[in-house]
Amino acid sequence: MTELLIASIFHQNMALTSFLGICTFLAVSERIETAFGLGLAIIVVQSITVPINNLIFNGVLLEGAWGWMGLPDVDLSYLKLITFIGVIAAMVQILEIFLDRFAPSLYRALGIFLPLITVNCAVLGGSLFMVERQYDFTESVAYGFGSGAGWALAIVAFAAIRERLRYSDIPQGLQGLGSAFLVTGLMSLAFTAFGRIGL
Amino acid sequence: MTAKLTYLTAPLIDKNPITLQILGICSALAVTTSLATALVMSAALTSVLCLSSATISLIRNHIPSVIRLIVQIVIIASLVVVIDEILQAYAFGISRQLSVFVGLIVTNCLVMGRAEAFAMRNPVWPSVLDALGNGLGYSLILILVGTIREFFGTGAILGYTILVPRSEGGWFEPLGLMQLAPSAFFIIGALIWAIRTRWTSQVETPKLALLKAEAQR
Repeated sequence: MTELLIASIFHQNMALTSFLGICTFLAVSERIETAFGLGLAIIVVQSITVPINNLIFNGVLLEGAWGWMGLPDVDLSYLKLITFIGVIAAMVQILEIFLDRFAPSLYRALGIFLPLITVNCAVLGGSLFMVERQYDFTESVAYGFGSGAGWALAIVAFAAIRERLRYSDIPQGLQGLGSAFLVTGLMSLAFTAFGRIGL
Repeated sequence: MTAKLTYLTAPLIDKNPITLQILGICSALAVTTSLATALVMSAALTSVLCLSSATISLIRNHIPSVIRLIVQIVIIASLVVVIDEILQAYAFGISRQLSVFVGLIVTNCLVMGRAEAFAMRNPVWPSVLDALGNGLGYSLILILVGTIREFFGTGAILGYTILVPRSEGGWFEPLGLMQLAPSAFFIIGALIWAIRTRWTSQVETPKLALLKAEAQR
């Protein structure tokens, strides 16, 4: 359990070792404040959607899930992509309404990034990995939170590095995107090293 | 006709989706450990992109703008399900290796981005050309990175051994790093550097320009 949590935060980090959500990762890391807000939103969305998708997949879509109704041959698992995207979009919408009502300052700070989480591959990827690795409900709770926290950690650290990098003298062709890729590569090397940690 | 052809050729290098537009990077990095997976992924993405652009452009005048994102996602997701099922039926081994990344084409910003930025505003034929061009630009980078990573990581290309590794009696020492995640970042970073040195118009102007020490004196 703890092992899964630690692994999903560090050496199986969503952004740095599975390359999920890299588009947002590179585009929204100019300032630490926005990176932090986005990371927070990802943690919340991820910890809600992965367990919910786990329940839906095992209870409705999996082959044999309709056995109690006398339909043991029904296999709806090909619907998982569309279902997961629907659940994620609905969750983001609910979170948006909820934040608007109860935490307007955070809602304003997140702005456009909140709806964009729907098409963030880290969120859909989390649910798909959960299916592929056959996590049960408690594992999916740990995995959802851990992978969200890992993504947030990576983007905040990356934004901090980028803020410093602004003052350095970089070759012309590497300015902006090029150096961002190289820095991400170095961070990814560092995070892979956490794989040797055993608990 | 030449104007139409630029839709096809511009995204290859001048407006390459990966190295300039920052679209669709997630999958580009993960599937490039070998050339075979990179090829299959390129084919899958290009076909989804073309079909979705054609469909969306065909019905663009009937989509209410309030729910256009949902309509686009549903169209893309249905196409991806079809491609995923086809791959599982005819290329099961490769589809195992690609794992979740075929499914993740749904949230690939390249597909959504082209649908939103181009197919919603243009007739069918230019949209398909634009989609094909972007798909090919994406494939170009994927194939390059896939070749480099497979060749230096294992000494083989498409599974055929070119350089015999030391473990089998040859002289070539495979670079283990090439098979790990960080190398993909380094290779794409270097590619961007190379492209922007050759085509300097793509260079980003820094938000905080540094003054040269000599200029201050």
